[in-house]
Amino acid sequence: MRHTISVLVENKFGVLSRVSGLFSGRGFNIESLSVGETIDPAVSLMTIVTIGDDQIVEQIIKQLNKLIDIIKVVDYMEVDHVEREMVLIKVAPKKNDKTEFLKIAEIFRGRIVDSGASTFTVEITGDEKKITAFIEMIKPFGIKEFVRTGTVAIAREGIKKTK
Amino acid sequence: MKISGAEILIDCLKKEGVKHIFGYPGGVVLNIFDALYDEKGLELILTRHEQAAVHAADGYARSSGKVGVALVTSGPGATNTVTGIATASMDSIPLVVFSGQVPTMLIGNDAFQEADIVGITRPCTKHNYLVKDIKYLAQTIKEAFHIASTGRPGPVLIDLPKDVTAGMTEYMQPKEVQLRSYNPTYQGNKWVIKQAAGMIAKAKNPVIMAGGGVILSNAAKELTELAKLTNVPVTMTLMGLGGFPGSHKLSMGMLGMHGTYYANKAVQSADLLIGIGVRFDDRVTGTTDSFAPNAKIIQIDIDPTSIRKNIRVDMPIVGDVKNVLKDMIKIIKDNKEKRPARTTWLKQIDAWRKERPLSYKFDKKVIKPEFVVEKIYEVTKGDAIICTEVGQNQMWAAQFYHYNWPRQLLTSGGLGTMGYGLPAAIGAQFANPKKVVFDIAGDGSIQMNIQELATAVLNKIPVKVAILNNGVLGMVRQWQELFFKERYAHTILHTDRVPDFVKVAEAYGAVGLRATKPEEVVPVLKESLKIKDRPVFMDFVCDWKEKVFPMVPAGAAIDEMIFDED
Repeated sequence: MRHTISVLVENKFGVLSRVSGLFSGRGFNIESLSVGETIDPAVSLMTIVTIGDDQIVEQIIKQLNKLIDIIKVVDYMEVDHVEREMVLIKVAPKKNDKTEFLKIAEIFRGRIVDSGASTFTVEITGDEKKITAFIEMIKPFGIKEFVRTGTVAIAREGIKKTK
Repeated sequence: MKISGAEILIDCLKKEGVKHIFGYPGGVVLNIFDALYDEKGLELILTRHEQAAVHAADGYARSSGKVGVALVTSGPGATNTVTGIATASMDSIPLVVFSGQVPTMLIGNDAFQEADIVGITRPCTKHNYLVKDIKYLAQTIKEAFHIASTGRPGPVLIDLPKDVTAGMTEYMQPKEVQLRSYNPTYQGNKWVIKQAAGMIAKAKNPVIMAGGGVILSNAAKELTELAKLTNVPVTMTLMGLGGFPGSHKLSMGMLGMHGTYYANKAVQSADLLIGIGVRFDDRVTGTTDSFAPNAKIIQIDIDPTSIRKNIRVDMPIVGDVKNVLKDMIKIIKDNKEKRPARTTWLKQIDAWRKERPLSYKFDKKVIKPEFVVEKIYEVTKGDAIICTEVGQNQMWAAQFYHYNWPRQLLTSGGLGTMGYGLPAAIGAQFANPKKVVFDIAGDGSIQMNIQELATAVLNKIPVKVAILNNGVLGMVRQWQELFFKERYAHTILHTDRVPDFVKVAEAYGAVGLRATKPEEVVPVLKESLKIKDRPVFMDFVCDWKEKVFPMVPAGAAIDEMIFDED
């Protein structure tokens, strides 16, 4: 199962390796990871996406909770939430395909952030499904390069999923 | 007034009640050692290897319940502590290890004797610190002692760059430790404890399985009361031995791979298993699918990660074992219904006990290692602190010595560290100067930290080292005999006394004794007890073919045991 886990941590050196060590120590891959400061600069928030057996993920979450520098862990599997990721994609459509490409980008609410003689760079934001769908759509136009921020997630107000 | 980081360190240690530090000096910790030089009331014991310093601190901690402290230099000094730290981590032993570090300016530059010890020990410490500024030093030490000794205990490492201990500052007393992210659960949920008490009352064939958590939480008294109150028989893991009196009629001894027949049978036939301070390690469960197949399982542990890690649990109770047992005892006592005597169940266990007791075949000509352990129990009247190495010696020490009080057996259960016993015995003797301390060793293991004889001799530490000398790496040889067609690949250590342990002992200034026949065993042991001012090596030349039984082979259920005659 795909799990999106948010980890509230003390903003100190070495915390990231403590967290990632719990995954690597079990031979677990992290699909994506994003880290940033919160409103309190002494606290950072990590959003981790991992794919794995539920029981092992449960064990990892318990182990995360046990780390001294970790304040709180939420597995979004159990919480109604919004997920977003941003991708920058550099595409080089052929001359005749440019209009078609721009139309698709518009449908997906992409924003052209750079354009040159031969390439466009599109910024696109959405959940994993939307981003995957967009990438599939524009593959035929010729993707030169793309870069993803990793998923971030936030809980919706007041609703809790019952298991 | 400004004082140095080294002086702050020493003041903090004294305020934590530290009396003994085990350590080894080096370049970047010179300031600390210099500050210790004039210090009264804080003794540094110089070991001969940093690994041994940590094991000694560990033996000190296990036998006393206090936090063990070690101090080493940077680079190789620090990396040498890793085995000791991992040993303590696996067995949840509270330690604070101080390692020197190159000056903060040089960190990351591959400086002389630099190692990223915080990175290296991250997975085998409960927590670790690099102190980058002298202003954090005192608070860090206070936090480290707090973290090491509370919740599920464990080792904490503090890395001290040279400029931090050499630097001067205005000393501010550290504040009370407040960690928003660290709040162990000490009280169990009352409702759940009540449910569990109800399950115990209803069970026909219940078994208590007690582990190291009972000893760490100082709950031996409560465990004994619970077992007596409810007439539930008790089996212990290796780490739990001593948590319940081994000579009590409700004790079934150790369970698991080399556990007793009756303990394993009882667990497999139980309708309720009460795991207290255990983590259901693979040496205990055999194949997990077939473990306690008919039992509902209650698990009491302070660490939520221990619960449901290896096996299913029907009634988890997160909390300190001592508190939970106290609450449970109160609930049981308040319940006025008659408590079951469980006569049939206890009779069944006695029948299993008679059917296959722990035994070995005595031989008039060759010394059987089990016989030596049995005689150690007799001559010490069951009142010695026993340390072990790892392998056959460890299992025989667990089987044939009866542990009647907690903190009596010190053994590397989780990591299985050969070379643990001798330094741990030295540490235990420092913490318990009036006790007789034995290290039950093999001729393989003892050579992994044999240099600590010097530490014992120079400090007049009268530890008794009983070497069950079979000339082989016995446990591995046993597996080769049983499962690898007697192909003894690299397990034969020597055939003509290399080394001669009596001469080794004498060379170090210790006493060396030897027994080659069964009738010499008791006189040698008695002789060793007379020596009060130096360590003794006893070379018991044993039957090299002797194996540890019963034994659960890999991949089997714990009642599928093999015995001597099979």
